Amino acid sequence: MEFKSNKIKLLTQVSSLVLIGLLFLNSAKASSSESEEGGFKAGEMIMHHISDAHEIHFIGDVALYLPVILSTDDGFKVFSSSHFYHNEQHVENVAKNKSEHFYSYDGFVMHHEHIYYADENGSLSFNEKGEVANRVVTLDLSITKNVFGLFFTIFLMFLIFFTVAKGYKKRGVGAPKGIQSFIEPLILFIRDEVARPSIGKQADRFMPFLLTVFFFIWISNLLGLIPFLGGLNITGTLSITMVLAVFVFILISFKANKHYWMHILWPPGVPAFVKVILVPIEIAGMFIKPIVLMVRLTANITAGHIIILSFVSLIFIFGQQSVGLGYGVGVGATLFMIFMNFIELLVAFLQAYVFTLLSAIYFGSAVEEPHH
Amino acid sequence: MLSVSFGTVIWTTIAFLVVVFVLGKFAWPSILKSIKEREESIEDALQAAEKAKEQLEELKEGNEKLIAEARQERDTMLKEAREVKESIIAEAKEKAVVEADKVIAASRESIRNEKAAAIAEIKTQVAELSVLVAEKILKAELASKDQQNAFVEEAMKNAKLN
Repeated sequence: MEFKSNKIKLLTQVSSLVLIGLLFLNSAKASSSESEEGGFKAGEMIMHHISDAHEIHFIGDVALYLPVILSTDDGFKVFSSSHFYHNEQHVENVAKNKSEHFYSYDGFVMHHEHIYYADENGSLSFNEKGEVANRVVTLDLSITKNVFGLFFTIFLMFLIFFTVAKGYKKRGVGAPKGIQSFIEPLILFIRDEVARPSIGKQADRFMPFLLTVFFFIWISNLLGLIPFLGGLNITGTLSITMVLAVFVFILISFKANKHYWMHILWPPGVPAFVKVILVPIEIAGMFIKPIVLMVRLTANITAGHIIILSFVSLIFIFGQQSVGLGYGVGVGATLFMIFMNFIELLVAFLQAYVFTLLSAIYFGSAVEEPHH
Repeated sequence: MLSVSFGTVIWTTIAFLVVVFVLGKFAWPSILKSIKEREESIEDALQAAEKAKEQLEELKEGNEKLIAEARQERDTMLKEAREVKESIIAEAKEKAVVEADKVIAASRESIRNEKAAAIAEIKTQVAELSVLVAEKILKAELASKDQQNAFVEEAMKNAKLN
């Protein structure tokens, strides 16, 4: 009896997921129907979803317009991005022989989410190679989709960890309760499986940073998996992962001891001619390590998004042949999407873990004491 | 996505620094400290339990030893008591025998004395009777003068022989 009810529950869950998937497709269709030939362009749709934007597009016409903050020649300009999105214009790109759409407001034009100064005609112009000829705005400090997602992640982190810290203050050494008992195993996991084995004696010094990085990446990854949040791609944005990698690099360089620098600049026990080869490699390695951290995280998260969006696109590509075919493929593709979402849940954790683990290993090599 | 936006970099740097410092000041230290304290208290509790177990074991051993000792003591006491009893009985028996012997000896003595006395009395009486009889006989035999002379002569003769 219980088994049967569980089965029914599972069935309703799966069917509701399928339904959500279909709804998602409808919204994607609405946005994709804007392209000029009327045909569905999978690449454009996918790039649109994983790229940053100045709005959070939920479904259909429902969107959250985010503030645009520009550092211009006349000082800072702050206005809502709704001004842009409600003023769409088209211009002919002669070199590429196609019509391009852009948004304009108050002497600025936005093309593919990049903001430029408008030309003399208050429009967008292209050079003979088909590139945008307008002057780019020096500094676009807008709260974009991913910056908003970043703030939301941080808001969630404050919410979670202040609650957890309060729980510890209240219960002291007593048994954890509520969200505290969910977070504690993760904290212990980072401390006992990541920090202590990789760093050793000084592990506790790096714990706050490692915990912050781990939970920041993990929560960001999870936010990116929630549909109808405008396709947040926080950890799939190079600008954001770059900052994380730079922090790791700075921490390594500042906490490193003499032993670490000696290994890079004057490797002991190696003949002089090998040193000539080895030292440049070691110095390059210093920079390659954080760069790899950055690229791995960005690529993995973005790839996951692209795969899921590809399944969505598949339905529309077939749906253009015939509606029936579209729905037929839709069922299969949705099931694959559900499967992919489960994998992405794992990847979300895995990538946060990998980033934290490798950072910890790099910290470990930086503070390692000589033992020979 | 793959192009670096300077604005995003600035926001991320600010946001990440804020989160590292705020959580690093207000959340992580108290969380990590509490976890450490809890671990220590669990460790202490486990050690205390282990110690208590050991003590209990020791106590149990002591108890058993005590019981064994008590049992042994009881056994020795019983044994001693039995020995004392036996020795007392033996002594009593011995004493009784000696006493009985004494009594018997005394009785024998008194019997002997009585017997001697009785015999002595009998002897006296027999002597008296003999004297009496002899008197009477003498009286009868020595009624005539001849007879008296004959007797004296006879007696004289006997006396010469002595």
